[in-house]
Amino acid sequence: MTDEARSENDAAYDSDVEAAIRENHPALVTYITAGDPSLEDTKAYVEALDRGGSDLIELGLPFSEPIAEGQTIQAAINRALAAGTTPDGFFELVEDLETEAPLLVMTYYNMILQYGSEADVRPFVERAAEAGLSGIIVPDLPAEESDPLREACDDNGLDLVFIIAPTTEGERLDSIMSQVSGFAYVQARLGTTGARANVSGATHDSLARLSEYDVPKAVGFGVSKGEHATEIVEAGADGVIVGSALIDIISSSETPGDAVDALEAKAAELKRGARRGADSLTVDPEERPEPEQP
Amino acid sequence: MSTERERDGEYESGRTGSFGDYGGQYVPEALMPALQELEDAYERYVLENEDGFLDEFRERMRDFGGRPTPLQRADRLSERYDREIYLKREDLLHGGAHKLNNALGQVLLAKYMGKERIIAETGAGQHGTATAMAAAHLDMPCEIYMGRTDVNRQRPNVYRMRMNGAEVNPVEAGSATLKEAINETMRDWATTVERTHYVIGSVVGPHPFPQMVRDFQAVIGEEIRDQIQEQAGRLPDSVVACAGGGSNTMGTFHAFVPDEAVDLYAVEAGGSSLEIDEDAGLAPNSATLSTGTDGVLHGAMTKLLQGGDGQIVESHSVSAGLDYAGVGPELSHLVETGRVTPTNVDDDAALNGFHRLSRLEGIIPALESSHALGYLEEEHDELGDLVVVNVSGRGDKDLETVLEETEKRELEAAPDVEVFDQ
Repeated sequence: MTDEARSENDAAYDSDVEAAIRENHPALVTYITAGDPSLEDTKAYVEALDRGGSDLIELGLPFSEPIAEGQTIQAAINRALAAGTTPDGFFELVEDLETEAPLLVMTYYNMILQYGSEADVRPFVERAAEAGLSGIIVPDLPAEESDPLREACDDNGLDLVFIIAPTTEGERLDSIMSQVSGFAYVQARLGTTGARANVSGATHDSLARLSEYDVPKAVGFGVSKGEHATEIVEAGADGVIVGSALIDIISSSETPGDAVDALEAKAAELKRGARRGADSLTVDPEERPEPEQP
Repeated sequence: MSTERERDGEYESGRTGSFGDYGGQYVPEALMPALQELEDAYERYVLENEDGFLDEFRERMRDFGGRPTPLQRADRLSERYDREIYLKREDLLHGGAHKLNNALGQVLLAKYMGKERIIAETGAGQHGTATAMAAAHLDMPCEIYMGRTDVNRQRPNVYRMRMNGAEVNPVEAGSATLKEAINETMRDWATTVERTHYVIGSVVGPHPFPQMVRDFQAVIGEEIRDQIQEQAGRLPDSVVACAGGGSNTMGTFHAFVPDEAVDLYAVEAGGSSLEIDEDAGLAPNSATLSTGTDGVLHGAMTKLLQGGDGQIVESHSVSAGLDYAGVGPELSHLVETGRVTPTNVDDDAALNGFHRLSRLEGIIPALESSHALGYLEEEHDELGDLVVVNVSGRGDKDLETVLEETEKRELEAAPDVEVFDQ
């Protein structure tokens, strides 16, 4: 973020992504794939997630080889590509959106490299900043390869969010945590994205390992219900990230209108769940309210 | 096996294993520690022969694998082209292809690393077969991912993998070929990385795979170098190998890279056309080195078949083993710097190459290698007086495809295939 933008933004924090997490603690981060099933529908869905209580929204720019995604998001990406979603269409959608939640783009490195000219990250980052995005998440770009993108993001006021896996430990963990901007995306379990029935034990271990770092931590991979959000916030997360469960709603709704209503309700459920987790940390265990039934 | 790292040239630098602008490690964060662990193991066991790894590997390659493979003077081809043609017979390696060099090396390395499970992807099935054989030989459980299209067109190899005790998991996504199988294997690996080793089948993927696989395959070129000097008294004028991902290519070329007088030709699958149909997301070829552009796929910066927006297009070749939209980063670098000449021949030329070698020399080559033989037919005048062609594998697995494809076309070198229907 530029100094000028910072001063306009009243910022106690360096970035609006970090501010969105810290000021709305415990935060809800939602993800959907842009263009699934069309960019027009995505606009309505994002606005529904915003109304439902999302504090940050990740928009997937589809790439044909999504190696970090499970079947749900891969299917969404296939639908979006079949609908003809392009980077330019994506950026136009972002320009059209009016949300309170800052927006991040989640995509694979080749999409960033190929935008504008061959094998250069800058045109993508400049266009992302111009369109109003606040940050970038790249599932196949480890910290070791990220210098060119990080420099471009720094120059354009965008956060580059890094993923922390259950296998990230020791010096690598220190090094990555020192480079994180916005928040650390904590991967709850090994494997790919996808809604799961339970919160993984690896989540608790990861959050315990990260507790000494003063960086906002949001947990994703497998989160689908309000009670997951509660458990994750109780375990020490500053936010929860939900994607596949929202895609399931989109793909199973009979009409786009149904999906809009269900997405707004799901976001509200997840946000309430996260708040319960925060409340229970400050309340005597004996007096905790019963969990809300899904 | 090359232990002389100084021969690797100046282009390998840094811990990320870059070859000039190519290479690197572009993978999900969860896999980075595994790559670090693999890199350490590669350096200790493969480059420094810790615990006698290399000695055991060489012994098993000899006794189980059947190395060294012959370098055979091809008398009738020599006569046909009026020059000396030698064939490196990797088709005679156990399993019927060069793939065992790498599969046995990696499965043995996984054992030295204490891994409990082997996974691999396969296109034509030769790498899957070699991995299944190596895993059975070394008593490791093994699962192979293979695109549904390839399962259907390479049934003999599916049977062989299962005979050796491997699970074969068909992958239905996309065009259901090698690219999709790699995606699925990477997902399995990201889930089970702590106990599983992923035996990548070519000189592709994140560091250290391209370098390590090349080192396991480099024995091909090292043997050729010794054998040709012994048999012909000098180094060849040119060396020809087919290129899909590039493992037999790099294995054949590596020992010759410093020999500037030896021309190196990488023959890709020209398919039915070199044009890309971007709207349909299709390339009717797999000629990545000849026509691709720089980008990141499956863990490395390399040359790719892609559309302008960065979406990877579906490739095509009559040969399942060449049907891949990427290529090894080191090969991209060697092409970029002019050391390796990228070429290609179309499906028809490859099929003719298949029939010609079968008829003239009594060797039924893999459809992959048939591309190199097709190039020999078309461009022998450019190749000098002493030429080595790598026959990377045998063609038993391709017989059904060849019969079907031959029937569709009027091929000069083909036998009368109608007899097979009687």
